[in-house]
Amino acid sequence: MSMKKASVSKRRREPLTDSQLLMTITIGIFAVMYAAAMIFMGGGFLRTQQFFDLLNDNAALIIISCSLTIVMIGGGINISVGGVIGLTVMACALFLNNSGIQNGPLGILLTLLLALGIGLAFGVLQGFLISYLEIQPFIVTLAGMFLSRGLTTMLSVNPVKVTHEGFLALVKNRLAIPWLGYTAKNGNLIPAKLEIGAVVALLIVVLVYFMLRNAKLGRHIYALGGNQQSALMLGINVKRTRFISYVISGLLSGLAGFVFLMHKPAGNASVAMRSEMDAIAASIIGGTLLTGGVGNVIGTFFGTMILATIQKIIALSPLNESWWQEMANGAMLGLFILLQSVVLSSRKKKARTTS
Amino acid sequence: MNKRIIKKGGVGQLLIPLVALAILLIFNLIRDPGFYSIGVAVNNSGNKVLTGNIISIIDSASELAIIAMGMTLVTAACGGQDISVGAVGTIAGSIFVKTLKAFPDINFGTLILAILACCLVTILFKSFNGALVAVFKIQPMIATLILFSCGRSIAYWIVGSATPQIDSPIINSMGMTIPGIPIPTPIFGVVLVGLILTLIFRLTTLRLYTESVGVNQGAARLNGINPVGIKMLSFVILGICVAVAGIIGTCRMGQVSHKTLLIDIEMDAILAVAIGGNNLGGGRFKISGSILGAYIIQMLTTTLLAMRVDPVNIKAYKAIVIIIIVMAGSPVVKQKLTALWHRIRSGGLKPASAKGVN
Repeated sequence: MSMKKASVSKRRREPLTDSQLLMTITIGIFAVMYAAAMIFMGGGFLRTQQFFDLLNDNAALIIISCSLTIVMIGGGINISVGGVIGLTVMACALFLNNSGIQNGPLGILLTLLLALGIGLAFGVLQGFLISYLEIQPFIVTLAGMFLSRGLTTMLSVNPVKVTHEGFLALVKNRLAIPWLGYTAKNGNLIPAKLEIGAVVALLIVVLVYFMLRNAKLGRHIYALGGNQQSALMLGINVKRTRFISYVISGLLSGLAGFVFLMHKPAGNASVAMRSEMDAIAASIIGGTLLTGGVGNVIGTFFGTMILATIQKIIALSPLNESWWQEMANGAMLGLFILLQSVVLSSRKKKARTTS
Repeated sequence: MNKRIIKKGGVGQLLIPLVALAILLIFNLIRDPGFYSIGVAVNNSGNKVLTGNIISIIDSASELAIIAMGMTLVTAACGGQDISVGAVGTIAGSIFVKTLKAFPDINFGTLILAILACCLVTILFKSFNGALVAVFKIQPMIATLILFSCGRSIAYWIVGSATPQIDSPIINSMGMTIPGIPIPTPIFGVVLVGLILTLIFRLTTLRLYTESVGVNQGAARLNGINPVGIKMLSFVILGICVAVAGIIGTCRMGQVSHKTLLIDIEMDAILAVAIGGNNLGGGRFKISGSILGAYIIQMLTTTLLAMRVDPVNIKAYKAIVIIIIVMAGSPVVKQKLTALWHRIRSGGLKPASAKGVN
């Protein structure tokens, strides 16, 4: 606790806070890893498109990781995000197919509202139970996970493919950036392409970054996670702040569901299974502490990219089996956790000896 | 204030889970009295066994109850939960099968050897988790997230194939029933683990030490208790529980499948601990509450199945019941309800007194 308070008060004097230091390490490791992949794997990794593909494939994961970072900075946890994605994807797919509003922007807009509505409902419900009834967040969001997964299978046990033409046309849209592209063998310039979902995810990262850094709400969330008693004494409405953090988390999960549907236009009971754990891992790798008060969404973004890069490297290597993937993820996570612990405790010691 | 809490500690904590269980029991009695019928049937291997919903509930909640006991200890000492129990249980199952397969035939000697090997391996894995938590001061959930994400892969890597089978009368009698005894064997596993833990807590000061580390680690250290040791010990005990649960699960199926063995049990175990009225932030604990929680969860599942709810949809109903149970246990809700009760009583008195004046 004292360490976190110190990190806030020493912001002016010290060059880096704890969260900035952890974030720097994360970015460094990502750079090293990507460079190693470029050197040893060559091929696709030398093209910008490979990096963009990481963004395209993991847009939903980036968004829920941001939502988890917000909640974790506030000292809470939300393990229902994966379930909410699954439910949103299924509900939106069914709505698009059965609403009867074909081919217009109206249908897509309503679907987006439905996705956000589902996320908002989960956020409000969980936030209310956690902050106003003071029930443990783990249990509430675990129940939220069960509820969303159960509702998903209630909607449909079988996979639902989106047939709505307007939506499928929207999905095909790409943001093409010619100067980052490469020249193919036949001399054509192939521009690097970014999906809409990836653009949305990047926007969310930037928005959340400024929200946490500059907005009153963001600073309140940091204060709440750092020390709830102090936050209360500073006159912060602790309950409302916590409630809002869960509402934002829910909304972002709903949005992530819509983004997921834009990447893979089909609903399935096993969509985003266990992705909440990936999101937690990404947040931790990015330097967010589960104890609250410390964290940075840029770090989270690079945490997600590290997980995505591991996945890509293993998919392209001869070890392409799911159990290798899981082992690599586990090893990476273990490495980061130990590194963080060592770095933080050595800093603590240094601070103690100098003061 | 403190004295009041200590006085209240006893039965108060068990009130909510007991009421929940009672409501489930009464609900089932009204819905279908035949739910409680217990019969005797002859199973495939020619043994007489007890059958019926109650027996199947108690039998199939065995793994959950055993893991919930260990989870209670870890929760109390470390103020966090272990989410790798399912994965490590699968590793235990793999080691069990691997050891038994190393010998030409399965007899009691090899069985005991396999069980010991299992316990040793799970203790090693759990010590790794315990060291991360106790020495490196990492949150338990994060420290166990590592094995959560790669434990099942390690299990697959150990046995080298998807579902290795073991078939032997001894394994069957461990997973189902021992010839001549009509009660399913896993129930004895729960009783055994429960008895051993009860004895440990009755005969030693471990309970007091664990609670004091959970309540205030610094104060416990100043009083001469070693928090690192206590936390490690709680993880070691959880490791043994996980090994037993993994062996029971493997014997029940006659095979170890790294994808389905003890799947999602970590979440259910944490739920059992919470439903049992234990604080997930550490401190005072009641193992009996967690065992009760485990049976409530299984009872709920079986009730829903008996009501012909589609198995894939059970989770949604379970979520609603869980929320109701934890809401009933929430101190804020209790406070508000008592305030409401007082207001109703005083509100009820006022008109009466007014009438009296008239």
